[in-house]
Formats: sequence, structure tokens, C-alpha cells
Amino acid sequence: MNRIKKKLKQSEDILSIYFTVGFPCLNDTVQIIKKLDASKVDMIELGLPFSDPLADGQTIQNSSKIALANGMSTQLLFEQLIDIRNHTDIPLIIMGYFNPIFQYGIDLFCKKCKEVGIDGLIIPDLPPEIYISDYKFFFQQNNLINIFLITPQTSEDRIRYIDSISDGFIYMVSSSSITGGENNFNKKNIDYFKRIKNLKLKTPKIIGFGISNRETFLTVNKYANGSIIGSAFIKHIQKNGISSIRSFVKGITS
Amino acid sequence: MSYNINSKGYYGSFGGAYIPEMLLHNIEELNDNYLKIINDQSFLKEFNELLKDYVGRPSPLYFSKNLSRKYSAKIYLKREDLNHTGSHKINNTIGQILLAKRLKKSRIIAETGAGQHGVATATVCALMGLKCIVYMGATDIKRQSPNVARMKMLGAEVISVTSGSSTLKDATNEAMRDWINNPIDTHYIVGSVVGPHPFPDMVARFQSVISKEIKEQLMQVEGRDYPDYLVACVGGGSNAAGTFYDYLDDKRVKIICVEASGKGINSGKSAATTKLGKLGIIHGSKTLLMQTDDGQITEPYSISAGLDYPGIGPMHANLFTSNRGQFISIDDDGAMAAGLMLSQTEGIIPAIETAHAFAIFENKKFKPKDVVVVNLSGRGDKDLENYTDYFKI
Repeated sequence: MNRIKKKLKQSEDILSIYFTVGFPCLNDTVQIIKKLDASKVDMIELGLPFSDPLADGQTIQNSSKIALANGMSTQLLFEQLIDIRNHTDIPLIIMGYFNPIFQYGIDLFCKKCKEVGIDGLIIPDLPPEIYISDYKFFFQQNNLINIFLITPQTSEDRIRYIDSISDGFIYMVSSSSITGGENNFNKKNIDYFKRIKNLKLKTPKIIGFGISNRETFLTVNKYANGSIIGSAFIKHIQKNGISSIRSFVKGITS
Repeated sequence: MSYNINSKGYYGSFGGAYIPEMLLHNIEELNDNYLKIINDQSFLKEFNELLKDYVGRPSPLYFSKNLSRKYSAKIYLKREDLNHTGSHKINNTIGQILLAKRLKKSRIIAETGAGQHGVATATVCALMGLKCIVYMGATDIKRQSPNVARMKMLGAEVISVTSGSSTLKDATNEAMRDWINNPIDTHYIVGSVVGPHPFPDMVARFQSVISKEIKEQLMQVEGRDYPDYLVACVGGGSNAAGTFYDYLDDKRVKIICVEASGKGINSGKSAATTKLGKLGIIHGSKTLLMQTDDGQITEPYSISAGLDYPGIGPMHANLFTSNRGQFISIDDDGAMAAGLMLSQTEGIIPAIETAHAFAIFENKKFKPKDVVVVNLSGRGDKDLENYTDYFKI
């Protein structure tokens, strides 16, 4: 069974951590994965850096820029992950913009993902319709789950459609914003979380964007199967180094 | 086969809408409504009246005796430089502001490179009383300061963008992020035939007034409604799209697109997308773009801020790969020399973007009977300091 599905069956209040690969240092990727795993994080999203990250705020723009300047590339990520499955069984997802994956070749990219033990992909600028018509085959062939996003503006019809084509989980964007917002959730956000919860979708939901601390983590867990933290984690390791990963995770989960 | 857009939002295999879900609401709203709105009689009436009385259309099609003699061809200049605000950009912003009003938007955002689109957007926002925010690269703010002052005078807020190379690509990223953050009340007036469908088609339709007028004007002076050649500079490609629009499928008309090669195609400082680019996704569109083997978008360079873009619109990518259009690249020096030449031969100082189009006459030979229409897309007031510094005048 795909590790994402297995994890979602076994656990509640999932904590998924996103970080940009190649940041802060080029070869930190494996160390960060091991430390997150040891800190009892449930899932990891490996952010493939892109020169023009349209949906990202300052923090992830900056970490992507540094990672690229460090020399990070798609090929290097696969090399870094070559024996990662000897060390951990944690679900691993690659999140990246479409162009670098398109240049690598979707077919080859998916094969490489399977080879190193990636479980799923999140490609924000590859719309579900184009995925279904052009690329689904390659994902299925390599046992990769493609994760789709919904936002507060997504219509109920479209949510139902996305639910019907989803496997693993639905990435629920918390508010109408790019990544890295740090406000507490207001009534509007909560109403949206409730509305989606009441749709009783077949696919589990994990909420991301704007979750930065224990308080916001606990809030979203009331309405979904878990949450994704990205910018707050990147800020933390930028300031405190990767040796302090355990204390960051503890601050969220206990 | 048509060279215009198909029902799925593609020109050949280029175009589409590769957008994150966060932008889908905005794009769908546009896509569901734009054709209905812009073909509506009340819209057309208001649009055409503003183009006539506010912009000053039709713009003249001027037979350039001096250039015609110099290069032995019949050279006509489509005088978009005489439009209100000084370039073709206003045709599109008038159209989009009327559309935005009908979609009940109260806040307008735009990206700008040379500042021509920013000024044209600030202008229509002032006219219609809508809030206007323009994203502009910090590099461009420095080299196009007269346009920054104009935008501020018109009441727009100009936000300096310092990410990437601090030019047009980065300003576009920032405008898209703003739109993600403001999905309800905001319309994004994209300035060129780039971005996700339906922007390339919508902008091309608003600019198509240029080719419609060329048809009528040529009929009067030449007794036929088509030229042998159409020439336009291409950054994103909006003035070119407007110039070619009604002639896309008319094979009697040869199409010439002029790109900026900056300091030379292989210098590492260039914006000649068809020479250096390959297929990829930029700003939501599948098109030709300059990128590394790893799919990172590379920083373009041109002395002209308006051509300093690492991609081209999907219409032009299709014109290039199908060989419908000939693409010629002109470097900084060639463009500057052509700008000076036009100034002193015809008494018209062109924008540096536009000057690229006039540089082709040095090498491209025409027959004396060839009717060549060049889109004089913008005037050079904004570039005076660049010209005078360059020529040490």
C-alpha cells in the first residue's frame, strides 16, 4: 500500500512538514528528513526549488533562491535520495512547479520517484484536467499519488469533482493567499473549514498555508485530518539551524 | 488550419491555462464572461467611443517618403505612438477596464516593464475612478523614471519589485501573487498577449483594432486592403498581435517579428526567445521561454525594458514554429542606431522597443513595389535619457 494512504489510515492529526531541498545547505536534504522522522513528524514534503514560484510568499521565494544558488537541481535531488528508503519509512511527497518537472520529462520524473521511494506529488500549476488527460498514466504506473488543491473559492461542484479523482488526501488551502501568512484564523476561515467538513468527502483533507504554531495546528485539526507547515519551519531552520528541528516539532505537537 | 486561437485556448500546441487552483476562480470568471461582454453592443459602443475621442483613433497610417527612398520599398508607419499615453498599450487597457467594471471589480492591478502599460492602466483607472496598483521591477523603475512619475501623477500606487532580476518577469510574478491574495474584488489587467488563457486572446482582440484600421487605410491609399509585409517588435507580443490579427490567415501577407537580442544572442545578455528558448510553462502559459536545462527560467536582458521578457506569447510561439512568421533579432546597438535614424530621417523619436523594428531595414531587403507596414508602437519620450546617455548628445 502507498505510504501516504497507510499513514492516513493509521493516524489522526497528521503533521506534514514542507521544506525546500538544497536549503540552507545543498546537501542537508537527507539530514533534515532523518531529523523530522526522529521527531515523529508524520509526512514530509520536499519542495523542489523554482526560479518563479508564483504561489509562494517571501520565505519560500527566498529559500528557493538560496537553494538554486547552492546548485540544487532535480537530478541532484534524486541522487541525494538514492538510499533514503534504507533509513526511513515516512511518506515522502515532492512538491514542485510544473516547468522543472516538464523539462526533466514527466515519464522519467515519475520513474525516478518510484526508484527512490517517493509516494506522491503536489504540482500546484498542473490543473487536474490537464493531469487527467495527459499525465495520469505515468503517475499510476509508478504508484504515485497526485495531490490536488482546493481553496475557499473552489465551488462545491469542483470540490466534488476533485474528491472523485483524488487519492491520498486533498490539500486544503486555508485562505485566499500565497504561502507564509502568519495570522490566526478568523471566523471566515473557520466557516470555510466547517463548510468543507460538512461535505463529508471520501478523501481525507490536510490543511496548509498560514499554519505557523501550535495554536493554528490545533485549530485546523478540529476540521481536517492534519496540517502542513512550510514557511514557519523554513524560517526556524534558517534562524536556528537544522540541529534545532526537534524543538520546533515539539513546539507544535506537545 | 487557422493561426488564431482554438476553442480550447491554444494556438497550435501553445497556450492553455497552467494555473494553480488559487487563481482558478479569477480565470474561470474571466473565461466564462469575456466573449459575452466584449461582443455586447453596449460594450462595443463605449469601447469604440473611447478609442475615438479619448485615445484619438484611428491612428494615422503614414507613408514615410524618406524611409521609402532610403530603403527602396513602400514603407508605411502605423502611428500608435500618437495614441493618448504614447503607445498601443491604451487600446488594451480601455478594453479591460470596461470589462472589469462589468465584472464589478473595484481594484485594478497591473505589471509593467517599460512603464507604458503601467501608464495606460493608471490612466484608465483615473478615468473610471478605480484603485490602481502597478508592479514594476526596481531595475525598470530606475531606467524608466518619467513613466513612474506619470503613474504617480495619475494616482496609481507603484510597487517596486526586487525579486529575481527586478524586471518585467518578476513584476508579473508579483502581480499574480497579489491576484491570489485578492480573488474577489480585483481585476488583473495583463499588458501583453501572455499569461493563462483567456488573456492572450482577450488582449489580442483589444489590440486587433490596429489591423482593422490598417485594412481600411491601405484600401484608400493602395487600392488593396493588405500589405506585402507587416513588421512589429515582440517582447510579450501585444503590438505585434494587434498588427497581425486580421491577417493571420492571409498568406499574401508576410509577417516579421523583431526580437531583442540585447548584447548579442550568445552573450548571455539577451531576450531573443525564439533563438534561445524552448517549450515550457511561464506565467500560466505553455510557450517558448528561455530557461536552463533544469527548467529554471533565466534572466533576460535588453536595453529596452519592454522587450526584457524571457518568453513570448503563445500566438507568436505558434507563428514561429509553423514558419508563418519570420523572426529577426536586433541587438541593443542596432536598435539605438535605428532610433536615431528614425528621429533624424522622419522627425519621429520612437520608443527603444519600437526602434528594434526599424533596425531590420539595414539587412532585410525589400522590392521597390513591396508595401511594408511597420507598427510604430510607441514614442520615445520616456527613453530620452537612455538615448542621450548612449549617444552622448
